[in-house]
Amino acid sequence: MLRKIITALVFFALWLLMSGIYKPMIVWLGAASSILAVFVTDRMNRASVRGHMTIKIKPFASVGYWLWLMVEIAKANWAVTKLILTPEMKLNRHMITVPNSQVTDLGATIFANSITLTPGTITVEVEPGVFIVHALDYSSSDMDAMADMDRRVTAIESGVE
Amino acid sequence: MTWALVVEIISWILIISGSAFTIIGAIGSLRFPDFWSRLHAASVTESAGMILLIAGMCVHAGLSLVTVKLILIGAFIFLTGPTSTHAVANAALVSGERPESDEEDKKKKGKQVR
Repeated sequence: MLRKIITALVFFALWLLMSGIYKPMIVWLGAASSILAVFVTDRMNRASVRGHMTIKIKPFASVGYWLWLMVEIAKANWAVTKLILTPEMKLNRHMITVPNSQVTDLGATIFANSITLTPGTITVEVEPGVFIVHALDYSSSDMDAMADMDRRVTAIESGVE
Repeated sequence: MTWALVVEIISWILIISGSAFTIIGAIGSLRFPDFWSRLHAASVTESAGMILLIAGMCVHAGLSLVTVKLILIGAFIFLTGPTSTHAVANAALVSGERPESDEEDKKKKGKQVR
């Protein structure tokens, strides 16, 4: 019950942030809609087979990871921008298989999305234990960079024994 | 120089550089030779272009509800962008589109020379 009340309050806080119009009537409608949303979510939870979804990730370590990822995205963007703007476009396209060591689905998703988010590499296919990645400008140091990213994503997973 | 002017200059630098990356992404989509490399060019637009434009708009709006909304929009694009790129790439692979590999071409040529 406490869980539902907290969820409703979080929804309502989000609604207040999004709305920006604080007339009594509108605020009441917002409160009603957050309660309705909690009711509907509760019904959906009962219908699902897998039960409660838990997010197994270290919150503070992930902030550090996102900051590191932003720097990587900036570097990769610069590299792809140079490729686009050079007249001859020296591409070295290649498909590589990247082993991933994450245990949780969420961890694997973060790793795959991080690969896709950095320009120059796209996760094309997910197979057990490996990702198939298309690289725009493949060099032998790419595998090390991927292994480094894999290690960092695994480090922010928690509750994994 | 007043504070307001400094904020204005920073936000316009961010917005203009974001627009530049968006245009570069578009140029890349036109110039690159095949489907796969064009996807890479599009991801320049959705990472650098999107982040810089939203950061610039956040600085422009200052501390307000608009900034909260912009950050949420950024967070959602951050999650959905790579997911949709992967969906497109995966659909292409499943439907039989096979990428050319320059790396393997090089290796083959190397063997022929030897």
